[in-house]
Amino acid sequence: MSSLTEHLSPRTNQWRRIKDRIATVSVTAGGAGVLFAILLIFFYLLYEVVPLFSGASVEAREPVATSLRSAPMYLAVEEQGELALAVSGQGVAHFLRLSDGSTVLREALDPALGSPDLVVAESAESRLFAAAWRNGEIALFRHQYRLPYPGGEQVVTPRLESVERLQLAEEPLVSLTFANTDDALVLVGGTRSGAWVGVRVVREENFLSGEVTTRVESLPLPAMPVQGAAIHLSGDQRWLYHVDATGAFSVLDLQARDASGLAAVVSRGGLFQEPGRLQTSTMLLGGISLLASSDRGELVQAFMVRDPGEGHRLQRIRSFDTDGVPAQQLVPEHRRKGFLSLGSDDTLQIFHTTAHRRVLNETIATGAAPAAIAPRGDLLVQLQADGQLHSWELHNKHPDISWTALWDEVWYESYDEPAHIWQSSASDNDFEPKLSFAPLAFGTLKAAFYTMLIAAPLAICGAIYTAYFMAPALRRKIKPLVELMEALPTVILGFLAGLWLAPLVEDKLTAVVTLLLAMPVGVLLFAFLWSRLPLSVRARVPEGWHAAVLVPVVIFIGYVSFAGNDALELWLFGGDMRRWVTNELGIPFDQRNSLVVGIAMGMAVIPTIFSIAEDAIFSVPRHLSYGSLALGATPWQTLVGVVLPTASPGIFSGLMIGLGRAVGETMIVLMATGNTPIMDANIFEGMRTLSANIAVEIPEAEVDSTHYRVLFLAAFVLFLFTFVVNTAAEIVRQRLRIKYGSL
Amino acid sequence: MDKQQYQDIHATNRGRQQGWLRSGEPMIWLNAAAVSVSIIAVVGLLLLLAVRGLGHFWPADVLSVDVEYQGQTRALLGEVVEQVEVSGEQLREAGFELSGPGPFYQRTLLKQGNRDALGTDFVWLIDEQFANLAWPEDVMVLERLEWGNFYGYLRSVTPRGGPTVDATEEAQRAWETLQALIAETVSVRENIREIEQGAIGAINHELERLRLRERGLEMRGELDAVAQAELAEERATLDARFSSLQDELNALYESIRGHHIEAELANGQRRQLPIAQIVRAYQPNALGPVEKLGLYAERLWEFLSDEPREANTEGGVFPAMFGTVLMVILMSIIVTPFGVVAAVYLREYASQGLVTRTIRVAVNNLAGVPSIVYGVFGLGFFVYFVGGELDQLFFPESLPRPTFGTPGLMWASLTLALLTLPVVIVATEEGLTRIPKAVREGSLALGATRAETLWRVVLPMASPAMMTGLILAVARAAGEVAPLMLVGVVKLAPTLPLDGNYPFLHLDQKFMHLGFHIYDVGFQSPNVEAARPLVYATAFLLVVIIALLNLAAVSLRNRLRERYKSLEH
Repeated sequence: MSSLTEHLSPRTNQWRRIKDRIATVSVTAGGAGVLFAILLIFFYLLYEVVPLFSGASVEAREPVATSLRSAPMYLAVEEQGELALAVSGQGVAHFLRLSDGSTVLREALDPALGSPDLVVAESAESRLFAAAWRNGEIALFRHQYRLPYPGGEQVVTPRLESVERLQLAEEPLVSLTFANTDDALVLVGGTRSGAWVGVRVVREENFLSGEVTTRVESLPLPAMPVQGAAIHLSGDQRWLYHVDATGAFSVLDLQARDASGLAAVVSRGGLFQEPGRLQTSTMLLGGISLLASSDRGELVQAFMVRDPGEGHRLQRIRSFDTDGVPAQQLVPEHRRKGFLSLGSDDTLQIFHTTAHRRVLNETIATGAAPAAIAPRGDLLVQLQADGQLHSWELHNKHPDISWTALWDEVWYESYDEPAHIWQSSASDNDFEPKLSFAPLAFGTLKAAFYTMLIAAPLAICGAIYTAYFMAPALRRKIKPLVELMEALPTVILGFLAGLWLAPLVEDKLTAVVTLLLAMPVGVLLFAFLWSRLPLSVRARVPEGWHAAVLVPVVIFIGYVSFAGNDALELWLFGGDMRRWVTNELGIPFDQRNSLVVGIAMGMAVIPTIFSIAEDAIFSVPRHLSYGSLALGATPWQTLVGVVLPTASPGIFSGLMIGLGRAVGETMIVLMATGNTPIMDANIFEGMRTLSANIAVEIPEAEVDSTHYRVLFLAAFVLFLFTFVVNTAAEIVRQRLRIKYGSL
Repeated sequence: MDKQQYQDIHATNRGRQQGWLRSGEPMIWLNAAAVSVSIIAVVGLLLLLAVRGLGHFWPADVLSVDVEYQGQTRALLGEVVEQVEVSGEQLREAGFELSGPGPFYQRTLLKQGNRDALGTDFVWLIDEQFANLAWPEDVMVLERLEWGNFYGYLRSVTPRGGPTVDATEEAQRAWETLQALIAETVSVRENIREIEQGAIGAINHELERLRLRERGLEMRGELDAVAQAELAEERATLDARFSSLQDELNALYESIRGHHIEAELANGQRRQLPIAQIVRAYQPNALGPVEKLGLYAERLWEFLSDEPREANTEGGVFPAMFGTVLMVILMSIIVTPFGVVAAVYLREYASQGLVTRTIRVAVNNLAGVPSIVYGVFGLGFFVYFVGGELDQLFFPESLPRPTFGTPGLMWASLTLALLTLPVVIVATEEGLTRIPKAVREGSLALGATRAETLWRVVLPMASPAMMTGLILAVARAAGEVAPLMLVGVVKLAPTLPLDGNYPFLHLDQKFMHLGFHIYDVGFQSPNVEAARPLVYATAFLLVVIIALLNLAAVSLRNRLRERYKSLEH
């Protein structure tokens, strides 16, 4: 056969071929591009989430020589990571430049007194340290930094500031701890003769003149061993922790006095499970948790917990896996609840307490010299006895997330028991973020459960009737109407649920409950009465118009329920069912609760389930039901025995897709619940779902912070969940299509 | 009837009863009830929105009532908003003394307005304390720019410098003077707005561009004396234009200042109100149904065409409507070509193997992925990643203030395009599947290339499906709020994203959206009670827009299908 295109010139034909080639390439490229874009969603979410679970790494910098010739008594790094402060054994503070080891500023703490016996820091994050001299005199210093920009370049300028000076004892001290706030300074020290002395310096500001007056109170302390023991003060200056060489602890309440007028011991016990000797101990950021390590490699975290009675006890919260390496030095981070542990055999381990996770375990040449971490947590500095300044860059972005932190009960600081809690926003700098997905996942499933409880029966029963019993003329009208509902923006359903339905349900709770019971009963009653009507009346309504007949009945039942609300409420619940539920049943009642969410989200989900289930039932081959009917089965028997079993995969698939929608729906939950992350299945309380949580929190989350990535993880979880559920539904549906095809 | 007969009948009855139960008839009725309930719920919901949304614009009559309680009498004026029955016990617990006998009491929610004088717009009253109910003809309602509605009686009108017209003596003339003055101030305010947003907006825009140009030159090290002089000159011209406009504005402001009225509140308090603050004045109790209908239309039009006032609780929703439509148009422009190309690729070019089937299932399922996930992706990828890079590359002079590295119109459209992509792909593919193979083969047999077959035969025949897909996508996009909250909508955008200043369409701007407007005004507004009717109206408007789009989809599909019907089978 000759082609119709033969009359075209060869050039034209060539041009057509090129065009065809171009079209093929561009369509293929475009199609592949779109599909790639879709894959991109998955991989981008993954890309944002993965750093949460990757560990930390450490990178050594070249050591630099300094002018110091002994291990420092105190070492700290400033915010910018440019300078370190080292207090030498001679009592001289050196501000060292980390890049070359040069001394920027040198200042003797006290030229007259010379070498101090002790130099101790208040806590990891504070820039306050105390020096104690042989005569029992103590001075507090703060290292300060200014950041001027002379000539557009940033220069860190250090300064040492003396804060307080006082005499704690008349003899040398062997141990010292202190805690400082605007209102008071508490100092506790152990003397060489084996006694504990403590003072509280109370500062009172006259609010008229602004003048600050100080008053020194002595803290009477009971006799406890001094040698080999460690003491720590809690950040709120209430608890004094004393841990002796064997790890036995006593906790003193500095705000209470026992019978003999001494600070009361409120809790005693042992920190370590295996008997061992105390190696080192420190307070974690925030001054709540005590960290201690033993020479057997045990590393524990403990903090004060309220007893069921009135008392308090020091509770061992968790121990960390050190591979049996005893920690010789514990360096808490300044901004997070993590810490570094320098072990005896040159190991560096990095832990995070809330996540109960070890993010790094590496051998680096450390030795026992004092180490300090930069406030931003990205630099570890150690000054060796030979004056060499070693530094390591730490890459440790997200130590605070682990599987247990996300899903298990975690014992958070200041809580009396382990709990699932979502509380991401910080109230202060040493806040412990509580990022448990459990309450959010629970809330998501709770919302989905109540939604399905309302939507599934209505949608499936409706689909059964519409597909199998309804008159075709009516069906053609009903189906688009229900499907139009699917296009209804959820923000409208949410707004109606929150502002109209929630107050209505609260006000007419009795009517709503009555309605749920009265509706099936009333319909059945009507059906029974209908069957008693003479045939001539019944025949007026054609087959398949039951639903239309029922419309006035349903409206009537609804009207009666609401009209009878007040009388019924007065009769059964003393006039107010809501109060009755709260007071008599002891069930908390929120106005925006799960019932409201269930109804509103049910409205959003019904069309989805209805549409798919109706299709599945309607497309069951007719000859199957005809055969059954011909064998004498009633329509209902045919439906239950033949049609539903055949269509059940389709109905199941509809339910799955509906569930997927309920799980991911955001606006309705956001508007119709109080968004409190609680774990309680109570129908009269609200919830916070993963999706609503994302919508509320992500605009405020700092980009690439742990919080931000955790919200991405929530989105990823939602993505995976709905994708899996929908794929399952889709596969079931395709199987069904093949099955129908073979019938 | 003897005993035997009776028992027989009874037995048959029981048999019939059991038969009725066993036949499944009750279950059929229950299933039918599920349909009825669903339909009643949908229709009821739409009716609720329509009644509450449209009812808001009706000028309600104003009730005058004296409330007597514990020997004291308060005179109140206001619109009745809601009446409910409350149990006496509840009221007594709340500390009310009741005299009536019943267990239930009627309470009325009265909108008394006058927030500036009375503190609250709304007040709950117990009906049994009512005395002297009346609907006085001369009650006046003022809609104001601030402080919500005013309810009271006109006492006098004073034009600036002019003689006071006493309303107690010359009610008619006072009212007419007031209306004339309001009409004048309204048109002057319109002028002011035009100048502020048009001319002054343009000058500000120019100044900002000058600043950016200067910064750009500085960054490239090209800011020499010549360039500086040039910039300074341009700036001086703009400043001069600005100050002349400023003078004009001041004159306009001056021209409406000084008119004022004196009005009396229900409690006898007299207040002076500047006419410049009044948007509209009417006496609802004196209006006939036709006049009320006119006022109704006027208020409805204001709602559709005006900008919001008072933290979005009053005025119109035009910017939100505009933003919604513009965003949806941009989204359509993005999503249609990509969706169609992807569908054509999947159906016409890709080999129909396992991979293609898998991709098809995946695309299908993306339609079920929660919209908030798209929002998160849009925020992370488009806004922070792509936007951040664009800023570094093309807009370094305005950094650290982000241009595209912040939520905006373009990112919102792109995110929604991605969200609706599966809808378009699935619908187009369905249309392509329906085209008989014979049509394609015929075209190819006549010597047409694949591209020509596609362009001339297949795509036109698939156009109904493509249109359906697009309109379904538009309907979905118009109602979607959750992702937009992350990638570009704001509660109040000062300017429209489309205006007369270069580059006319501001893709980097944030915009307002009807759906978000509903969420924001209904849930984040300081005065939810006052805003509620407006939220209903907005919701109804959104439903109407989406229903229209859906109906358009259905009819378009039907018409296009009709055209190519002869080709099928």
